[in-house]
Amino acid sequence: MNYNWNWGILFSPEPGGTGTFLHYLLVGLGWSIITALCAWVIALVIGSIVGTLRTTNSPWVVRLGNGYVELFRNIPLIVQMFLWFFVFPELLPKDIGDSIKQMPPPWSSLVPAVLCLGMFTSVRVAEQVRAGINSLPRGQRMAGTAMGLTSGQTYRHVILPQAFRIILPPLTSEFMNVIKNSSVALTIGLMELTGRARAMQEMTFQVFEAFAAATVLYLVTNMVVVLGMRLLERKVRVPGLIAVGGAVQAGH
Amino acid sequence: MDAGFDWDVIQRSAGYLFREGMTFTVTLTLLSMAGGIFFGTLLAMMRLGPKPLSMVAGAYVNLMRSIPLVLVIFWFFFLVPYIGAWITRAERPIPVGAFYSALVTFTMFEAAYYCEIMRAGIQSIARGQVWSGYALGLNYWQTMGHIVLPQAFRNMVPVLLTQTIVLFQDTSLVYVISATDFLGAASKIANRDYRLVEMYTFAAAVYFVISFGLSLMVKKLQAKIAVIR
Repeated sequence: MNYNWNWGILFSPEPGGTGTFLHYLLVGLGWSIITALCAWVIALVIGSIVGTLRTTNSPWVVRLGNGYVELFRNIPLIVQMFLWFFVFPELLPKDIGDSIKQMPPPWSSLVPAVLCLGMFTSVRVAEQVRAGINSLPRGQRMAGTAMGLTSGQTYRHVILPQAFRIILPPLTSEFMNVIKNSSVALTIGLMELTGRARAMQEMTFQVFEAFAAATVLYLVTNMVVVLGMRLLERKVRVPGLIAVGGAVQAGH
Repeated sequence: MDAGFDWDVIQRSAGYLFREGMTFTVTLTLLSMAGGIFFGTLLAMMRLGPKPLSMVAGAYVNLMRSIPLVLVIFWFFFLVPYIGAWITRAERPIPVGAFYSALVTFTMFEAAYYCEIMRAGIQSIARGQVWSGYALGLNYWQTMGHIVLPQAFRNMVPVLLTQTIVLFQDTSLVYVISATDFLGAASKIANRDYRLVEMYTFAAAVYFVISFGLSLMVKKLQAKIAVIR
């Protein structure tokens, strides 16, 4: 058994002429983070709305919210990726669909990847938001009503500000999941970190150097996110309330 | 859609999709679940054990949970042949094929997730149970095997099963090493007959029906267990 280690490969130029292989991977990490951030915005907006609606008193709204969550939770991410990339443009009117398919390279896979990851993560955010709201004492809502607030005002000024501060820790791990899950976008041609590590392996045959470098970059990103969020958590923590993240959950 | 939805391609390929593809997916899921729970339980016992062991297990679990599954699949796809060569002292890396490579990957990867579930399960058992085990003269393995683990499993069955549904969905990622699982089979037909819309919609529907059905059953089981307590 012999494998030729060559760590210097990271500092030799890549064939595309943009710089060293290390630089090539770092640009990939940049695309992973851009994809994750854009998807995170979609996930937070839709997730907060759906999660909140699922705690209202209207049975039909709750049912609709549950349906949305079940739909996106029970289809594998890679299949959803293919649906957004191959199927979604075909369902639109022909000229819109064609213009989506003819977008120049990074956008043609970045846009479907962002939409897909955003929707996929939104149901997980929705679950957290719902859990956060349900963890508040019922008296909070009653107190809002007693003070003459409408249902909307109670959510806006009483329930949601507390719920979001409680669910910050689980949301941190969901954000880490988006960064990790963005690697699935390599299947629709997005050259993010894992995709570039794979491409580097094909160009150089230095398998383990390429994957080790990508692994280290993911670990560093992970650490930065965790430390940053810990600072934020300390700032917004509600005194006297403990995070709901205690129960273990199944995850990717 | 120019030609309309072509149902025929699904009918024509159903045999191949389910006999080849779904068999691969289900076999991989069940074997990885068994292996993952076995190693996950060992890891959980290590994490709750004395210092050097707990740190090794903790580092392994955190490493697996911080990198994407796709990257782990690539790692093992290239690593397993070298490990095989190392074990058998062969001169060259031993080709193992997509299935065994995927099996090792998912077992090792899911072990980290099952570990966290089992750790919570073991911690949910009152300490007095362990002490009474020792008081009866049982050793560590007997206490674990006869007292703690059976109760921990029982408490965690719904979460373990939910994680298995996640695992079932995640096996579709073996697409990246060109394995013929259910999605891989659907994708091969889709590209051969140029029926991407039909095949991917159908694949999504099948995954949805199975995962949703299983999650309803887990929910029912959960309610049943909850009543007893």
